[in-house]
Amino acid sequence: MRIALFATCLADTLFPEAAKATALLLERLGHEVVFPFEQTCCGQMHVNTGYQKDALPLVKRYVKTFDPYDVIVAPSGSCVGSIRHQHAMVAAKYGDAGLASRASSVGERTYELSELLIDVLKIEDVGAFYPHKVTYHPTCHSLRMTRVGDKPLRLLRQVRGLDLVELPAAEQCCGFGGTFAIKNAETSSAMLADKMTNIVSTGADVCSAGDASCLMHIGGGLSRLRSGVRTVHLAEILAATES
Amino acid sequence: MTTFLGMPATAPRGVGNLRGDQTFPEAAHDALGNDQMRRNLRHATTTIRGKSGKVIGELPDWQRLRDAGSAIKADVMARLPFLLEQLEQNVTAAGGIVHWAADANEANAIVTRLVKETGSDRVIKVKSMATQEIGLNEALEEAGIAPVETDLAELIVQLGHDKPSHILVPAIHRNRSEIREIFLREMPGVDPALTDDPPVLAAAARRYLRETFLSTTVAVSGANFAIADTGTLAVVESEGNGRMCLTLPDTLITVMGIEKVLPTWQDLEVFLQLLPRASTGERMNPYTTMWTGVTPGDGPQNFHLILLDNGRSAVLADEAGRSALHCIRCSACLNVCPVYERTGGHAYGSVYPGPIGAILSPQLTGIEDNASLPYASSLCGACFDACPVKIDIPSILVHLRNEVPHPRGERAAMKAAARIMDRPRLYASAQRAAKLARIAGRRGRGLPPPLTGWTASRDLPEMPSQTFRDWWAAR
Amino acid sequence: MSASRELILSRVRAALRDALVVPEVPRDYRPAGRPVDLDVLVDRLVDYKATVHRIREDEIASTVEGLVSGAVLVPSGLPQEWRPAGALVDDGLAPDRIAAAAAVLTAAAVAVAETGTIVLDASPDQGRRIITLLPDVHIIVLRPEQVVAAVPDAVARLDARRPLTWISGPSATSDIELNRVEGVHGPRNLHVLLLG
Repeated sequence: MRIALFATCLADTLFPEAAKATALLLERLGHEVVFPFEQTCCGQMHVNTGYQKDALPLVKRYVKTFDPYDVIVAPSGSCVGSIRHQHAMVAAKYGDAGLASRASSVGERTYELSELLIDVLKIEDVGAFYPHKVTYHPTCHSLRMTRVGDKPLRLLRQVRGLDLVELPAAEQCCGFGGTFAIKNAETSSAMLADKMTNIVSTGADVCSAGDASCLMHIGGGLSRLRSGVRTVHLAEILAATES
Repeated sequence: MTTFLGMPATAPRGVGNLRGDQTFPEAAHDALGNDQMRRNLRHATTTIRGKSGKVIGELPDWQRLRDAGSAIKADVMARLPFLLEQLEQNVTAAGGIVHWAADANEANAIVTRLVKETGSDRVIKVKSMATQEIGLNEALEEAGIAPVETDLAELIVQLGHDKPSHILVPAIHRNRSEIREIFLREMPGVDPALTDDPPVLAAAARRYLRETFLSTTVAVSGANFAIADTGTLAVVESEGNGRMCLTLPDTLITVMGIEKVLPTWQDLEVFLQLLPRASTGERMNPYTTMWTGVTPGDGPQNFHLILLDNGRSAVLADEAGRSALHCIRCSACLNVCPVYERTGGHAYGSVYPGPIGAILSPQLTGIEDNASLPYASSLCGACFDACPVKIDIPSILVHLRNEVPHPRGERAAMKAAARIMDRPRLYASAQRAAKLARIAGRRGRGLPPPLTGWTASRDLPEMPSQTFRDWWAAR
Repeated sequence: MSASRELILSRVRAALRDALVVPEVPRDYRPAGRPVDLDVLVDRLVDYKATVHRIREDEIASTVEGLVSGAVLVPSGLPQEWRPAGALVDDGLAPDRIAAAAAVLTAAAVAVAETGTIVLDASPDQGRRIITLLPDVHIIVLRPEQVVAAVPDAVARLDARRPLTWISGPSATSDIELNRVEGVHGPRNLHVLLLG
């Protein structure tokens, strides 16, 4: 299958390993991955901070860049959630009905990685090998906006060598929330502190998630704590092999 | 002029409890330093989440009930003028008197006048968000009338000279030993040997209020529901203080937001299933009282219903925000909110705290008076899933953020970011420049505000040696 | 007053200028009419700290006499054969006399099995609302045919124009640390005499 990759601005700039792993995994599974260079950012930060009008060009850009593709993947439940649930709203409000309907259509064709693997490619065992004790933070937008359910866990359970340990209060927010972490930094830190306590309590050496943004937040906290727990994107685990 | 007067209006300043003195981050700062309160809140919200989840799990049609509840409320909003007139007609036909209050000042004046007409200098009160919202107690006290809160949690708040911090359990921030101390200090005639055993504390409240219930001739209540096609009012409660207030006095004055009306009697079959399970986590609350006008020989013989706008018409005018009026005040969104759990209710500055408060208060007051509230959320979405009438709180938060007057510096930065992100070449060179500019170090020391907020407790990620697009181009 | 009435209604009409579509209400939740399971009712009553006595109708008076030692208040329309010896009949008693009764014995209008709720509608065999509020013990006689499966059945059976009191267990509060504690202002003891 020919799959267009939306790397997301965060992975492209700060966490390229997550985007690389997404591409390499899909290629290993026999698919053709294309990366349209015209892509930048989905605009979620603008929308969620109250700058919907400023997000309009980014919505237009996303729609124009990815409209030619039947299947689009992004290694982020949050960006996919924004594309599916916010792009058409911004387009309708500040653009026009035509853009809104194209945005809806492109949104329907945009999948979070675990959704693409399980719902579209119908595969749960991606042949990965990852000999580590891993706990999984399901991320709010993956759970409650994109609604990927337990798909990431189903994929992780098939990974050879991986010891998956349950994260207490997994469904609770890590406190990132985009600009929330800056505008309400203290509350965000209090939420992060509890998330880290739960992660450390599992005894895992890796905390994984399907969103680079939450991982940046959690990883930044774990690093400050010198907890010894690393953060690794779901795509990187699924892309890892024995060789 | 008449057209102008008829335009939707926000709640007036200078009266009531919809506006705080501080921004949310400032108020949260104080609350986050209070470890005892955070422990109390965590304990209480964890308890209620467990109870609520269990009894919701018993209903195989919970989601269908939510759909019905949501649709009934949308129907109410669409037909509000008709339903209010129908309610007025049926309450009047059953012997009640209906008053209309455009705002808090008018509602307070009506209640004060009605109480004075009875000659009483004291009223007993059933817990009511609407009367908290309009600052009725303050207005009554100013007029020389003593309002006595009879709900246990409201009593704890009133005796403790405190403010409510939760919609359902206004004293949720207090634990049993703090409640004992408040009772020992403030409750006249209390047994000095009082323990902090909850049944003992409840018994102390029973003894303290008994005589007041029997000797007060006027009560003030809110309403959970008002049925347009029958004129029936309903108050949902637990302790029996509501029954006391709704049954014993000669005069009952009910203050109700205009959005609380329901079209038909049958609609109660939906809301009486949704509310207790979402709210206290019970299959049914201990007591619900329903009354239609006046019943000769049974209960208050004078019934006044005050229909309150106080900003609700302004909320209704916002197509993207009006579903905040669907709220049935169950508190489920507070109980699942990770922000509320850590900051408590006082940080929101309004009688409506938590996620629903973050969308309702700014709309009632006009957004400039509560501009920080729409940002008091990580948009985690737990509130939307918990809401028994499916209010999409995260989407309304996002909508309100778009209406907030933004700080100039932030506006400029956002515009610049959007400009760069709309130009892939500029974007790619900005990515490379960012890498070179990482002089702040991993701990981000020396970063300007607001980024210092980030690095107070978190490291910044290492800058990778190559962006993804550069790697892809070089493959 | 009527000025504010017109003001509010005109504000609301102005707010609805976008002519909201009146939605169809989906009522595909479980409707009234499901079979009744008395054991569910008993389970739910007991769970919320009511005491249930499954007795015959001719055992009502003796059961009440066994439960209460002081004066038992009854509404004027309560069947004679249900009344314990020396019952105090409410013929417009003053509140202090009602409060002084050791217990009150009434019939009921409807009971909801799924929620453990009993509804009083102030019929002559239940009396005015005050009599079931002030005594510390409330004893309710319930006939099996008055029990319905769920809330929609009860709403359908009840007359909205009567004063209604929905009772689920004794008076309780969740105001201290959100734990349910029985016994605040209403009757602290609820006995249900389920006939059959």
